[in-house]
Amino acid sequence: MDWTASLQGLIGGILIGLSATWLMATLGRIAGISGIIGTLVTQRPRGDSAWRLAFLLGLVSGPIALMLLGGGLGNVAGGGVDVTGQVIGAPAGGVPLMLAAGLLVGLGTGLGSGCTSGHGVCGLARLSRRSLVATLTFLAAAIVTVFVVRHVIGGGA
Amino acid sequence: MRRETQKTLMGYVAGLLFGLGLAVSGMTDPARVLGFLDVAGAWDPTLMFVLGGAVITNFIGYRLVLRRPHPLLGERFQLPTRTDLDGRLLGGAALFGIGWGLSGYCPGPAFASLAGLTAPLAAMLVAMVVGWFAAQAVPARG
Repeated sequence: MDWTASLQGLIGGILIGLSATWLMATLGRIAGISGIIGTLVTQRPRGDSAWRLAFLLGLVSGPIALMLLGGGLGNVAGGGVDVTGQVIGAPAGGVPLMLAAGLLVGLGTGLGSGCTSGHGVCGLARLSRRSLVATLTFLAAAIVTVFVVRHVIGGGA
Repeated sequence: MRRETQKTLMGYVAGLLFGLGLAVSGMTDPARVLGFLDVAGAWDPTLMFVLGGAVITNFIGYRLVLRRPHPLLGERFQLPTRTDLDGRLLGGAALFGIGWGLSGYCPGPAFASLAGLTAPLAAMLVAMVVGWFAAQAVPARG
């Protein structure tokens, strides 16, 4: 097992947890990405959009800060996108696949009121029954999807 | 500093911490995520450490924070109150899982990876926004 990768995962996870706690402590909000950004782009709520846009800018600037720091602080497993060294990985498929995946992720997180952050990081920390069921459901669906793509269609590649 | 400016700044700090966490943990690499989801292949446990570290940290954090009467810059904590399980939640989570499994991107890493924008990532982000609008068109009791 790659302990360095696991340790980086743990450190990154703690940072994500601190972000969620910080957002609750300061603004009283759940740190759910699909909720924060989805509401921003689909509704642009008056008086409730500036912090959402700022969160999005912060989210994008996190990996940029890590690139600027240099020293290979990222944790990519596959090939990185050239300009970003080891911080941002390359997409796993082409445009058609990503269009389909994006539609499913948008529709699914919209209907299901949350994603890995809102249901996973925040909902599980609140011991929410809805979030536990949602998290187990999307994890199971994702695992089955990868199994089908890689081992049924892809023939174990 | 005006209160609205303070709120915006707090939002930025939260996003920055989140983005740093995703990058440090390697969740900005779909290969890592797919490696975790591929339980029948060369399994990569990294995502388990990320989610575990985040949930435990936030569990402790929420316990400390939610004891207070209100957030630092707000009147009340805005927490979900629903406890029922419905088709929208389950169906939505299942659709999301399929998209996540196809791409290795959930919404956070997809947006956090903007600095390494490629055509497939751009397609993913645009389609995700379209999906969010579509979800709003689905009636609550559909």
